[in-house]
Amino acid sequence: MKLNKASLFALIAVLELASDPTKQVSTNEIAEKYGISTHHLAKVMRNLVYHGLAQAARGVGGGYTFSGNIKRTTLLDVIQKFENLESVIEMPKLAVEGPIVIELKNVIHEIDNLTRVVLDTITLETALKSAMQQSLSKSVTPGT
Amino acid sequence: MDYPGMLLHGAQQQGGKERADMDSRIVIRHAEEKDLETVIKIDAAVSIDLYGTVVDKVAYWQGIFDYFVRRIKEKRYFLVAELDREVVGFIVGEARAWEFGSPLCGWVFAVEVYPGTRTMGIGQQMFREICQRLRKTGVSTVRTMVDIDNKVTLSFYRSQGMRTGRNIEMEMQI
Repeated sequence: MKLNKASLFALIAVLELASDPTKQVSTNEIAEKYGISTHHLAKVMRNLVYHGLAQAARGVGGGYTFSGNIKRTTLLDVIQKFENLESVIEMPKLAVEGPIVIELKNVIHEIDNLTRVVLDTITLETALKSAMQQSLSKSVTPGT
Repeated sequence: MDYPGMLLHGAQQQGGKERADMDSRIVIRHAEEKDLETVIKIDAAVSIDLYGTVVDKVAYWQGIFDYFVRRIKEKRYFLVAELDREVVGFIVGEARAWEFGSPLCGWVFAVEVYPGTRTMGIGQQMFREICQRLRKTGVSTVRTMVDIDNKVTLSFYRSQGMRTGRNIEMEMQI
């Protein structure tokens, strides 16, 4: 599966915000923590606000808070705000649509279907619980 | 799964007292003969909720009761959940060795909660309980299989910490 940068940044940002919905987090804080482009992340944050997953906080410090539904929103929901999931294998337009091409398309469909199901059954809450478990077992801060 | 409030904070985390109140209303116990009818009703209600249709599975559930409830129950678990003394859910599983070539592990065959009582932590309590009982038999892994379109159940198992496992289910039309 090809996941574009905006989707990945959006997943990171949404999970960071959702891990503590009471806290305002700035673009700079997230960008610094993960070593990603502030400029690129700022665009992503605006998009998250537009789609109701984040709220721009006014006043001192500014930043963003989470405004989605942690129990209902899945990883796929977030990704689809930024892209249509591309196929794991890019199939060029071919002159012949014979049995071989059909079989290859079936295989690609099988892989794509599994990818979609995995992403569509992991809610933000589940991802955060799992991240927390991993941080407890490794005794490190989530996200590091 | 209980975690410190570092992640899943504040309003997103179910309040401790609220959770405890709910937990005190739920009782998990072994299924008994008298529960068969209710199990069939819950299964039908879940089927309508998920697929919009009901298939007659009375014979199937009678067979499952025969194997898990009426016979020797060693390493076999058919648990029901009571909410305020009314059965609203069930979970079925057992510890088996060499099923599909897999060493001793726990298999959960079914978990169902009456649609009107979902999101109350009933499925979670039943799953925890069956995992505890399976662990006592020497099992360290629990497995299950779920229809690819059954997002409710897939999401539930994931929320309990399950991930795609080592076995791939395969099929063909014959």
